[in-house]
Amino acid sequence: MAHAHNLAILRGLIKFKSNTQKIWGVLILLSIVTAVEVILGIYKPDSLMAHVLGMKLLNWIFIILTIVKAYYITWDFMHMRDETKSLRRMVVWTAIFLILYLIFILLQEGGYVFDVYKDGFIKRDF
Amino acid sequence: MSTTVVNAEAEGKTWGGGNQPLKASYGKMMMWFFIVSDALTFSGFLAAYGFSRFKFIDSWPIADEVFTHVPFLHGQELPMIYVAFMTFILIMSSVTMVLAVDAGHHLNKAKVTLYMFLTIIGGLIFVGSQAWEWATFIKGDYGAIQTKGGNILQFVDTNGHRVALRDFAIADTHDERTAHTRDNGLWFVSEGSLPSYTVDEVYAGLEANENILVRTQIINDEGEKTVLSREESLKQIKENGTLVVEGANLHVNEYGSPLFADFFFFITGFHGFHVFSGVVINIIIFFNVILGTYERRKSYEMVEKVGLYWHFVDLVWVFVFTFFYLV
Repeated sequence: MAHAHNLAILRGLIKFKSNTQKIWGVLILLSIVTAVEVILGIYKPDSLMAHVLGMKLLNWIFIILTIVKAYYITWDFMHMRDETKSLRRMVVWTAIFLILYLIFILLQEGGYVFDVYKDGFIKRDF
Repeated sequence: MSTTVVNAEAEGKTWGGGNQPLKASYGKMMMWFFIVSDALTFSGFLAAYGFSRFKFIDSWPIADEVFTHVPFLHGQELPMIYVAFMTFILIMSSVTMVLAVDAGHHLNKAKVTLYMFLTIIGGLIFVGSQAWEWATFIKGDYGAIQTKGGNILQFVDTNGHRVALRDFAIADTHDERTAHTRDNGLWFVSEGSLPSYTVDEVYAGLEANENILVRTQIINDEGEKTVLSREESLKQIKENGTLVVEGANLHVNEYGSPLFADFFFFITGFHGFHVFSGVVINIIIFFNVILGTYERRKSYEMVEKVGLYWHFVDLVWVFVFTFFYLV
């Protein structure tokens, strides 16, 4: 069985010699990201409490780091890196499009309901 | 004539069946599509959580204050440590799974067996940890008073540290009510366990302790829960307190909005169920590996397929971790 693995991560910045080595490399990367998340979550630095695009900067950092972790789990543990481009796009784009749409709709609506509760009248009528 | 033959051969190559445009077997592709649909299910749950949170954005419980417990370390406030441990366990079992898949590519039966075993152990540790987390959450810690409107009033000392009901409530031994049971009352009516104290006992304790204040659900500009003044504290408990809440279930939640508990049970429960079924499937595959099924088949692709599912469970946890415990 010929299994060609793509052994470069971070756009070719780090190249591993074998698939096993790559797995441990990705584990180290994921552990570092998780450790950063936990440390930020415990200490909550004041400098990251500024609001950016309706949410705390810290929360944006958490979400971005989560997507980074999700990327490496999918690409390296689930071998998405080695699948054909069309399979990759079928799975990833479908999910990403539908999830972003759902999140937008529900969070928009949640914020709207909050405003109705708070102000007691309807501010926007779609 | 010769051109016709050549055409027919080309057609046979593309449309004659037997080729895989995605270079993936049927089973693997179907696992991927199942994962997409399951991912959408989980996103639906997490987005619904986000909806409820945005709806009550100024009074949602702060996760750091809810999940502060670590087994064997009683009474210490260690937010996030245990969940971080659980996350690490799950990532670790993902690593052993992918190592099993890798060993399968080399048809190395002994290594696949070992790594599958380690994966199963990791999964069991995770499910056990989640059970412990649930038990701690259900049991509760400090206790609180629920108001007529369903809001939660908690108690803090003047330094802002939480105070448990058992530390200040004055129990009135003449006024104890026994819980109703089916065998000494109406057989068709059941009653859950009664709280340790009544609202009046808590009020008496609050009156007697000058240094205890009430903390509401409302989050102030500093991102902390609002603490009421002494007079306001007494007034709120006296006028609005209706129920003593200890711990959390689907109806009440001492940490704040009951919706938080509902979503916690539902989402982590659904994820825990996935981990559990993943462990069961892993055990089946583990025995197949030992029995040599895949050795005879000369292909360990089955390990790869359950591996995909197992990694997906890990992937979902990464998101649950972020949205329940961090954000």
